[in-house]
Amino acid sequence: MTVTELVSYEDALAAYDPVMGLEVHVELGTKTKMFCGCSTALGAEPNTQTCPTCLGLPGSLPVVNATGVESAIKIGLALNCEIAEWCRFARKNYFYPDMPKNFQTSQYDEPIAFNGYLDVDVDGEVFRVEIERAHMEEDTGKSTHVGGATGRIHGAQHSLLDYNRAGIPLIEIVTKPIVGAGAKAPEVAKAYVTELRELIKSLGVSDARMEMGQMRCDVNLSLRPQGADKFGTRSETKNVNSLRSVERAVRFEIQRHAAVLGDGGTIIQETRHFHEEDGSTTSGRVKEEAEDYRYFPEPDLVPVAPARTWVEELRGGLPELPRVRRNRLREEWGLSRHEMQSVLNAGAIELITATIDEGAPADQARKWWMGELARRANEDGVELTALPITPAQVARVCALVKEGSLNDKLARQTIEGVLAGEGGPDEVVAARGLKVVSDEGALGTAVDEAIAANAAIADKIRGGKVAAAGALVGAVMKATRGQADAARVRELILEKLGVEG
Amino acid sequence: MPGITREEVAHLARLARLELKAEELDHFAGQLDDIIGAVARVSEVADQDVPPTSHPLPLTNVMRTDEVRPSLTPQQALACAPAQEQQRFKVPQILGEE
Repeated sequence: MTVTELVSYEDALAAYDPVMGLEVHVELGTKTKMFCGCSTALGAEPNTQTCPTCLGLPGSLPVVNATGVESAIKIGLALNCEIAEWCRFARKNYFYPDMPKNFQTSQYDEPIAFNGYLDVDVDGEVFRVEIERAHMEEDTGKSTHVGGATGRIHGAQHSLLDYNRAGIPLIEIVTKPIVGAGAKAPEVAKAYVTELRELIKSLGVSDARMEMGQMRCDVNLSLRPQGADKFGTRSETKNVNSLRSVERAVRFEIQRHAAVLGDGGTIIQETRHFHEEDGSTTSGRVKEEAEDYRYFPEPDLVPVAPARTWVEELRGGLPELPRVRRNRLREEWGLSRHEMQSVLNAGAIELITATIDEGAPADQARKWWMGELARRANEDGVELTALPITPAQVARVCALVKEGSLNDKLARQTIEGVLAGEGGPDEVVAARGLKVVSDEGALGTAVDEAIAANAAIADKIRGGKVAAAGALVGAVMKATRGQADAARVRELILEKLGVEG
Repeated sequence: MPGITREEVAHLARLARLELKAEELDHFAGQLDDIIGAVARVSEVADQDVPPTSHPLPLTNVMRTDEVRPSLTPQQALACAPAQEQQRFKVPQILGEE
């Protein structure tokens, strides 16, 4: 294996224009498989969810899952696609133990949905990704390779197959060549997969959890010299299974292609494997030609011809799509596009919405989820949703701040307590004694003491330097261990020193 | 004139993971050629206005509702497996691909 010295990203982009194609497989959340009634529930013991059909036993016949077709149409409509009036399944023939039938039931030249687009937001601008097609197919079984050093196929003595996953409905969504992204290609790829994931989730057809393999991405990439029309030879990086990896894979392949081409070499059309550890790719197998799959119409399944009335009914029932909803929320919350992008990237939209639904003001809800809580999630290396605090609890903290019983600092401590499992906000406040000191008498004494202890500063304030009051506020806050209402303290100081705020 | 070459048979054999001897390649090339020739005669009869038939029945949209049906037990599923291990189908080393 030759190791190619990568070209810097900037140099690669100066010489070449990247063209991408993204293929995303989405595992549908149907109760049963695409062509048989076996359960799709996760976590079952091996080979407990199989039947003669998904094991490819002689004499068995497949029957299409109506919900699978419905989900495919919904996805197609949400991607602004045309829906086929009539289409067939096809056999994709290949001999590999992950498919006991020796073919995968898929669609070939008659996808159920085609010619669509998905608009995505990149750096506050809209980038339109054209969709070639979305077609129905089925997942393969799960292989475990035994005897190799790292559980990989190389060096394995034999492999073990669990066919519980074989036959679970998949929708494969293929973009047209994505041109014009230039240096932003990695961001566009990531934004597209992010948007697609949000879209799929909003349709309720799949949880689309990439870490669970419910959504998987293949990245096709080629470079052409700046100014050229003709596309270069592409590589196909398989199983890029996180949003961050999509971005890294595109970036790496741009730099690798540029290095090979810059040396006068040629890019081989091949599949490549992505390595999560360092973001690199390595050569896989040389890609089969489509004719090697010997596609032909599946004789055991009759054509699917979705009635137009059904399609229109499904179109009418589509939810507000994520980007539209995001734009609406952005205006309601009064955020810039950039701020909203951060909220999306942090996975905080639903949490903030839920917190607002629980009665918190939008700015407060956003402030906590994007500030303190995002920081904590980041520190702990978990998703925001995984933090042990609910939107209702955050809303309660906001309410306590609003009624004046907590100030900012105490609110942070309250949240800390909730995250530490000390109970809900009210329990934490009671247990830790986190109430703002609002007893005017006690506060007045603290202010008097602060003035007495800082006579020089007090004189400055009397002399009109109102800004100096901050130092006295700080002294009072320190004396009350942060449990005073800073705004009220400032008022009292100015009052006692006879100065107008 | 044979339409199917030895090389094509060898390629198909590789895709089907079949190991064929030299004399078998010749043998099957001849046989496959005969079969394809016979089927090709259909297109001599069928004119441009006859669309290729993939399904003889005038049916569309045969679907089932998304309701779970009982699966086989793992013992039943594995009953015909030549080899098994850890309640999984055991297959020989997979070569040449990753």
